[in-house]
Amino acid sequence: MKEKRQDKQFVWNRKHLLSLRELSAEEITYILDTAKGFEEISTRSVKKAPPLRGKVVVNLFFEDSTRTRNSFTLAASRLSADVIEFTEKGSSVAKGETLLDTARNLEAMGVDIVVIRHSAGGAPKLLSRSIKACVVNAGDGFCEHPTQGLLDVHTIRKIKGSLKGLKIAIVGDISHSRVARSDMWAMTKLGAEVVFVGPPTLMPSQVGRLPVKVSYSLDDIIEKVDVINMLRIQFERLGGNPFPSVREYSHYFGLTVERMKRAKPDILVMHPGPINRGLEMESEVADGEHSVILEQVKNGLAVRMAVLFLVNQAAALGD
Amino acid sequence: MKVILNSRRIQQILKDLTGRIISEIGGRGDIAIVGIRSRGEILGQRLAALLSKKLNKDVLHGTLDITLYRDDLNSPQKNGQPHVRTTEIGFDIEDKIIILVDDVLYTGRSTRAAMDALIDLGRPKAIKLAVLVERAGREFPIQADFVGYRAKVTPDQSVQVSLVESDGKDEVSINQTQEPERKKSKIKLRKK
Repeated sequence: MKEKRQDKQFVWNRKHLLSLRELSAEEITYILDTAKGFEEISTRSVKKAPPLRGKVVVNLFFEDSTRTRNSFTLAASRLSADVIEFTEKGSSVAKGETLLDTARNLEAMGVDIVVIRHSAGGAPKLLSRSIKACVVNAGDGFCEHPTQGLLDVHTIRKIKGSLKGLKIAIVGDISHSRVARSDMWAMTKLGAEVVFVGPPTLMPSQVGRLPVKVSYSLDDIIEKVDVINMLRIQFERLGGNPFPSVREYSHYFGLTVERMKRAKPDILVMHPGPINRGLEMESEVADGEHSVILEQVKNGLAVRMAVLFLVNQAAALGD
Repeated sequence: MKVILNSRRIQQILKDLTGRIISEIGGRGDIAIVGIRSRGEILGQRLAALLSKKLNKDVLHGTLDITLYRDDLNSPQKNGQPHVRTTEIGFDIEDKIIILVDDVLYTGRSTRAAMDALIDLGRPKAIKLAVLVERAGREFPIQADFVGYRAKVTPDQSVQVSLVESDGKDEVSINQTQEPERKKSKIKLRKK
């Protein structure tokens, strides 16, 4: 009953979801609680509900994506919105149109929510200041990927009940990972302790300023953590030679069956996908009993439905 | 504030409703109870328990959250932002006679939303509406099949249902809403 009363007073008033860094623990928890209400829709024979009927969502993706884009498309469709798919290839961007011009043109068509992925950090924020539509960040540069962070904490919270006091390792290419950053903000705000694990060459240079511990050895921490999130090695972003060879990386930082034997019996194994099987993680682990990778994908849909619903609600408040 | 139903009356009314539901539709098919969040959920649980006892078999019951089906989602909300909760109906509603349960039938808008939400879950044989309190003020062409109590209230009054599970006590009261109260007193003055 107490919880209900708090609920009544809380008002979600953000019409953009740009980062998790700027959200309070209460706001994050509110999104996750809202997401629970959307899970049921996906279990129906008619997988649809009407709250975004007549609204237009545009997927404005300037970078490749399958999971996130499909998840947003499906989330918007399940809420009865119309979805426009925009890809850089074959669009006017290829002819030299700027981001803002593209967005303003889409807005002129009556778009209500823009879901944007861009290689430049801060692009969603820039957009949110220039157009009237709601903006949802689907990944910007090395900055943030808020809905991935949300679905990760949602997955952990559903299984473990709470994040308070949990030790969570995020392993791999931290420096190029917006997932690591969004995860870090969401997890630490909800009371977990986060440790970044990877070779020094793949750590962000200012890692000391972040609210995390750092370890350069997976073997040192594998026994201590409740959750381990294995990041993908992003070959498309790696310049130079951050590690001598793929085999060496996998030897030191890969999640192998051998290493899993030393982990806590109730450890959760996560991966934001797509997996490089045999590199970050052995197939037996990816498909093993501790893996919640497909749960993550499922939860991502509910979390994205909640986000689209909430930003639209905030926009309705402002009218 | 004026109390119109106390705990004993509420219990009696729920018993009466149970009897009427059984005599009218008991033999016509599989009954299942669906309560509308949040007080309809509690009343639905109580009705399901009473029906199960009377019929000597478990009557299915579930909870419906109608937030996503409300007709005011895109208009500025007077009564605060609606919060999405979970719909928990753990059975197939196909071909069942669904007794939709709510605390108060007023404008009919919640009932409309609930019917749309139910139909998205399947095709029930029938949907019947049972409410603890019915009052005037319908904005939609909707009426209840089973009414516990008809409250005589003026448009400037509201009906407040409190239940043990959510509010610590069973009670139904009539309250004056703030603004039109003044209007009412003016009318009274004129009459005098």
